[in-house]
Amino acid sequence: MNETVISTILILTGLGVLAAIILYLVSKRFYVKEDPRIAMVEEVLPATNCGGCGEPGCHAFAEKLVGATDLSELHCPVGGNEVMKQVADILGLKAVEKDPYIAVVRCSGSFEHRKKTSVYDGSASCTIAAELYSGDTGCAYGCLGLGECEDVCDFDAIHINPITGLPVVNEDKCTACNACITACPKDIIELWPVGRKSQRIYVACINEDKGGTARKSCAVACSGCSKCMEECGYDAISITNNLATIDFDKCKLCAKCVGVCDAQSIIADNIPVARLEKLEAKRQKEAQKKKMEAQKAKEEAKANKA
Amino acid sequence: MSQSGLLTVSPSPHVHTALTVKQIMWRVVIAMVPALLMSVYNFGVSALIITMMAILFCAITEYAIVKYLLHQEVTLFDGSAVITGMLLAFNVPTNLPIYILLIGAIVAVGIGKLSFGGLGNNPFNPALVGRVFLLISFPVEMTTWPVPGGLLSGIDAVTGATPLGLLKDGLRSGMAVPELMSDIPSHLSMFIGTQAGSLGEMSGLAMLIGLIFMLQQKVLTWHVPITVIVSVIFFSGLFWLVDPSQYADPLFHVLSGGVMLGAIFMATDYVTSPVSHRGMVIFGVGIGFFTVLIRLFGSYPEGISFAILIMNAFVPLINKYAKQHRYGTGTKATFESTPELVH
Amino acid sequence: MSINLVNALKTFHQGGIHPDDAKLSANAEIVPLPLPKIVTIPVSQHIGKPARILVERGDMVKVGQIIATHEGFVSANIHSSVCGKVGIIDEMMDSTGFKHTAITIRVKGDDWAEEVDLSEEINRTICASPEEIVEQIMGAGVVGMGGAAFPSHVKLSVPEGKTVDHLLINGVECEPFLTADHRLMLEKPEEILVGTQVLMKALGVSKAIICIEDNKHDAIELIKSLLKEYEGISVQGLQVKYPQGGEKQLIEAILDREVPSGGLPIDVGVIVHNVGTTYAVYQAVQKNKPLIERVVTVTGRSLETPSNFLVRIGTPVINLIAEAGGLPEQAGKVISGGPMMGKALADLNVPIAKATSGILIIDEEEAKRQEEYNCLHCGKCVEVCPIGLEPYYLMLLAKNHRAGQTSKEHILDCMECGSCSWVCPSNRPILDYIRLGKKEVKKIKTS
Repeated sequence: MNETVISTILILTGLGVLAAIILYLVSKRFYVKEDPRIAMVEEVLPATNCGGCGEPGCHAFAEKLVGATDLSELHCPVGGNEVMKQVADILGLKAVEKDPYIAVVRCSGSFEHRKKTSVYDGSASCTIAAELYSGDTGCAYGCLGLGECEDVCDFDAIHINPITGLPVVNEDKCTACNACITACPKDIIELWPVGRKSQRIYVACINEDKGGTARKSCAVACSGCSKCMEECGYDAISITNNLATIDFDKCKLCAKCVGVCDAQSIIADNIPVARLEKLEAKRQKEAQKKKMEAQKAKEEAKANKA
Repeated sequence: MSQSGLLTVSPSPHVHTALTVKQIMWRVVIAMVPALLMSVYNFGVSALIITMMAILFCAITEYAIVKYLLHQEVTLFDGSAVITGMLLAFNVPTNLPIYILLIGAIVAVGIGKLSFGGLGNNPFNPALVGRVFLLISFPVEMTTWPVPGGLLSGIDAVTGATPLGLLKDGLRSGMAVPELMSDIPSHLSMFIGTQAGSLGEMSGLAMLIGLIFMLQQKVLTWHVPITVIVSVIFFSGLFWLVDPSQYADPLFHVLSGGVMLGAIFMATDYVTSPVSHRGMVIFGVGIGFFTVLIRLFGSYPEGISFAILIMNAFVPLINKYAKQHRYGTGTKATFESTPELVH
Repeated sequence: MSINLVNALKTFHQGGIHPDDAKLSANAEIVPLPLPKIVTIPVSQHIGKPARILVERGDMVKVGQIIATHEGFVSANIHSSVCGKVGIIDEMMDSTGFKHTAITIRVKGDDWAEEVDLSEEINRTICASPEEIVEQIMGAGVVGMGGAAFPSHVKLSVPEGKTVDHLLINGVECEPFLTADHRLMLEKPEEILVGTQVLMKALGVSKAIICIEDNKHDAIELIKSLLKEYEGISVQGLQVKYPQGGEKQLIEAILDREVPSGGLPIDVGVIVHNVGTTYAVYQAVQKNKPLIERVVTVTGRSLETPSNFLVRIGTPVINLIAEAGGLPEQAGKVISGGPMMGKALADLNVPIAKATSGILIIDEEEAKRQEEYNCLHCGKCVEVCPIGLEPYYLMLLAKNHRAGQTSKEHILDCMECGSCSWVCPSNRPILDYIRLGKKEVKKIKTS
């Protein structure tokens, strides 16, 4: 009995030692020399492997960072400036501060505003639907609502609102990794700077049809009427191909354009309602004043005539 | 037009075959009915009870696991649980205690199918997983066969050995095949179905009727069943030609045990067989080879279940390498204009 | 029983399916459709560059007058199909499901351009030289009328170093429901035969085979009876099987040659033209008549009178449906083309194009896709794929955006015949995802 126990112990111990030696030799033989800083950099990266930096994953990005001499072109959108600063410290380079970005949806053609013209019954993939035809509404530019952006998001940050049929970005979760932007076949999602106090103003429409055609297909389509362009005091709005576009570098977030848009296709994110109301009141007052003046002028003209 | 008055738009094709999963499943069930009737004729009502119980257990297991463990929608009525249940029942003796059958059903559906992600994702035939589990766990109960006694026989009928068992034991005790053949039912009676054995493997004739039905309904192609049967004949025939005193004749091998059942109903399972015709042939030959190998040299008298499970494991590999001819490659795709044709 | 080897029906060997052929309009004679009030003529009805517009709003045009000219070699001329006044020229929805530039013409009378020979008699003597034939065909804007709309003159210009020994005239019409080619062969057989000779002369080949599926037995017999006077042309009957009308399948069925992967029929010495195209070639070369009208089948199980119409290019689809008894109440889907490869329309005001072979109306209950189940690996899609691909696997890979792997699995060889989606017992949208995968692979290859 004892002998069995002892021999078992010996054999098992021997096997263990043998395996350890083999493993040791193999790991020595196949050891790959890697810059230790790669591991250090990878440690501080968020490990989401989202591809937002343009590399297939965080390890590849770490390799690229370690090999780089200048960090100005490299940025981890998920970790942001904080992580890039840590990386720069490790590598002894200077981090370049970058404004944080967020995805915005440039379509507000909800079910209510944009009537269906056909029933799509193919696979629930925006790309497949976009290959097939211009869409199940009159608007050939707008959101198809099949949720490809939702499928590709690694951060649970974009969801189709079942009531409007449009994607909604969760500001706290969005890392501006670019995944939804590449996935969207209609190119309605764009990256915007998060902005001061997370305030952003943008045109939520990309319809380039002529005004009448655009409005016929969607109640909130930009018709390119240029009212907003005239209202803007900072030259931030331009009209090309019947479509208004706001330049975020020039926009001062005054929100004056928001109220003048008849189609309500200019969206103001996180701008206090009070301010918008104030602007609206001012505008109405001015309109009233203008009206009064016009009436006065009319009356005067009448009086003069008489 | 639809209620909304709008036209439907979807990518082509716009028409679809009438043969859908549900219909295929029920057609397979119909194809198994002759074998079941034969079994009822031989073993009496107990065959029917065992089959019903197996179906019930499989359905309950599937329902319970899908609903309470996986929290998914229950897809019970695609018929796959019914087929698994029937096949499991076909693979056990009619005098099997019910609690063992229940364990078999739980293993077949729970481990064999659902643990891999449900219908379509299981690498091994669920019914065979259940059967082999029972065979190893309950060797005595699983190999105590009732002797066919006709419709009126009760559950406590006399038990006996299968032809394959008789042969194996006989050979072990040093007897030669021709001597043993006198104890073994004739080929014809095995074909029609009066041998002892599992519930469904009784009658080659009933199984053939099922096969012809499935071929006619385009549920199956001939590739798997025919290659299994032919290769069993081929490999057992080789040994028989070498030494007829030690090895039984090929026809005996095909008609005895579960070769017909395996070739027609178990190996042909869509999920666990290769996709291309070439692959199916390789798969069938493999099953035939391993069946004969286990029967002649293994410790079990029967080998088809193990052979199918072994070949199931090879299916991904077969799918990877046994691809069909691709149009536009190979000799027909090279054209050299002959001078007399050129103007 | 003796087997007549000469008349034995041929077919292709790999894959294929047998959908219900439902040729409801096979006995309906071709009827000219009344002229519409307005036509919309897209300038891009063919593969290649859109044609350059030659007219302006307000111009008066005659039937057969050129209104847009080909831009480069792989492009086609566009002619006015009616007589009238040019209206707005703008982006307009067409049968592709997208907006493209189109010319609208308000119809006034029916004056034809002078050079067109409108007589009914058959002109059997071919005076034009091969070069002139190609020029005539190019001038008349003839494109492949089977569905692909590839400019025909391109196919007739054999590149240097290639030889052609067979011309195949494709009268297979394997798409269920469609009968346009069938009727054309029954009603204009001699014109097709002369057209075939024109094509033979242009290509310099001595052998032409008219290929017809056996569900059009009357057409086979009729053309056979006329062959005596046409040297070098023969007729070959084929078993009914989809997608036999595909060029590659047809070549394999008739000549037992396979077009190399990624190659063209010319690589195996064959040129294939559709019977509709052959008829248009006859009109262009022998009658100086450009491609301004075509035969369109209007069909569907619930349609009152499934018909074959001779339609001017640019006529709104709704006009054809109205003439065939109007859109039935239970209609759920309207398809431009056949049920296997046709395109579902979202708007019935889109115009008939050069390659529109049929308008098919599908009832509502049939129009919707059925519930999708797991893949069972039954291998039916592998069995029916005429190219020998593994559709179920390609779908799986494409769904996961594995472009590298799908490319290795030869996804680009797929001809989108739809047999895999048709046969799948689990109702999986296999072809949807294969198209997606093809798009991704092409994107990578071009970048």
